[in-house]
Amino acid sequence: MHRINLVKLLTLLLLTVTISVKAQHDTHNEAPVENAHSGKDLKTEIKEYINHHLLDSYDFSLFSYTNDAGEHKYVGAPLPVILWDGGLQVFSSSKFHHGETVAEAGGNFYKVYHNKIYKTDAEGTISYDEAHHPTNAKPLDFSITKNVAVIFLVGLLMFFIFSRMAKSYKKNNLMPTGFGRMLEPIIMYIRDDIAIPNIGKKNYKKYMNYLLTVFFFVWIINLLGLTPLGVNVTNNITVTLALAIITYLLTTFTANKNYWKHIFWMPDVPVLMKIILAPIELLGTFIKPFALMIRLYANITAGHIVLMSIIGLMFIFKSWIGSPLSFGLAFGLALLELLVAALQAYIFTMLSALYFGMAVEEHDDHH
Amino acid sequence: MEKLIEQFSLGLFVWQLVLFVGLVFLLKKFAWGPILNSVNEREEGIKNALDEAENARKEMQNLTADNERILKEARAERDLLLKEAREMKEGMIADAKEEAKMQATKVIEQAQATIHAEKQAAISEIKNQVAELSLSIAEKVVRGELSDKAKQTKLVEDMLKEVTL
Repeated sequence: MHRINLVKLLTLLLLTVTISVKAQHDTHNEAPVENAHSGKDLKTEIKEYINHHLLDSYDFSLFSYTNDAGEHKYVGAPLPVILWDGGLQVFSSSKFHHGETVAEAGGNFYKVYHNKIYKTDAEGTISYDEAHHPTNAKPLDFSITKNVAVIFLVGLLMFFIFSRMAKSYKKNNLMPTGFGRMLEPIIMYIRDDIAIPNIGKKNYKKYMNYLLTVFFFVWIINLLGLTPLGVNVTNNITVTLALAIITYLLTTFTANKNYWKHIFWMPDVPVLMKIILAPIELLGTFIKPFALMIRLYANITAGHIVLMSIIGLMFIFKSWIGSPLSFGLAFGLALLELLVAALQAYIFTMLSALYFGMAVEEHDDHH
Repeated sequence: MEKLIEQFSLGLFVWQLVLFVGLVFLLKKFAWGPILNSVNEREEGIKNALDEAENARKEMQNLTADNERILKEARAERDLLLKEAREMKEGMIADAKEEAKMQATKVIEQAQATIHAEKQAAISEIKNQVAELSLSIAEKVVRGELSDKAKQTKLVEDMLKEVTL
């Protein structure tokens, strides 16, 4: 009863807020607010901020501010930059001063431009081609960026949580203790409702390690993305690509004869169809992980953009009605994002399991 | 799309692959393996315990059925015994009655015979005694009569008077 009421209330709130925000937006559109400090339009500044947030960065900055003396201060920690440029170059990202200066290491000079490190001269000149792309050389960049650091920390966190949970089973007569009690149903859910139904009882065991890891990894990182720490790992296409490639490789290398037979020489169809189907099926094997990659990336990115835009509205409205309303909307959306965080982790795991299931399926009676 | 490709960073990609694959293997060894094994073991344990309970229940049922059967048999046997005993009792009573009747008749008959004999004996005794008594009386009377001459004469005279010739 209580829950239903809450849901009703929330829906009503969201609805009113949506309508009012639209009305508010219309009235305020006419007067663009100017930012006194940078001279930039506030809207552009917010847009830039959002775009910046969505990118990886070479240091872990929580927030920045401009102090009374007019200096731009960053709060956070620098991270190590690791470059391969005819030799290993390791230096702290504080040398870049948040992209404002040129860093010198081993006699070479580097500059960050659009979130990428370019090799420059001592003055940091960057030359461009006609399409306004930099033509400077790019060293191989293996820096511990913010995302790498977060991935590493999440890995540590997961190792800490789950190895402790594993130990608690031994101590407590095969029963988990504490936090493990909450996690066990989730692990059981992945085993009983994702792995076994999709892969089958015979083969599911060899995929469990990956499925469990990817589920908790994506979920925890998605949740961290909702915190004000500015973590945004799963909305980086590189990360989702890496995960999708692992799913693809696992599918490909554990697939049985039947799987390949169904791709290259589909049984029970005319020969002509077999020839037509083969490239389509082969393409399908690439499209599946590609869709996985795009789905996770797009969902999380969209969530971040919408949530941040609505929070940004607060600064644009600067009124007694508009700001609380956009706060309410942001609050509702944040709740929705909590759901999306878990949902995307679930979908990624579920679809991976489905592909693994296809790879090891024994086609003998159907068709 | 161009923006996406631009966002791709080889360094991050390699780090993510290495860290993630490393994490999978670490967790396999230290977390998922032990956890899933423990859970399996526990589930097996529960399943075994349930099976055992089911077996015990079945055995119990069998036992109860056996008990019931034995009880039934015992009851039937008891009924049979009781019936036999009742029949025997009735037979005995009937026999006894018959015997008693016979015995009684015999006794009565004997008694009657004895009574009859005794009666006969008593009658003959009385008869003898009466005869003796009659004789003695007659003797006495005769003696008395004969002692008195006058009277004798008179008697003879009287008798002679009665006799008409």
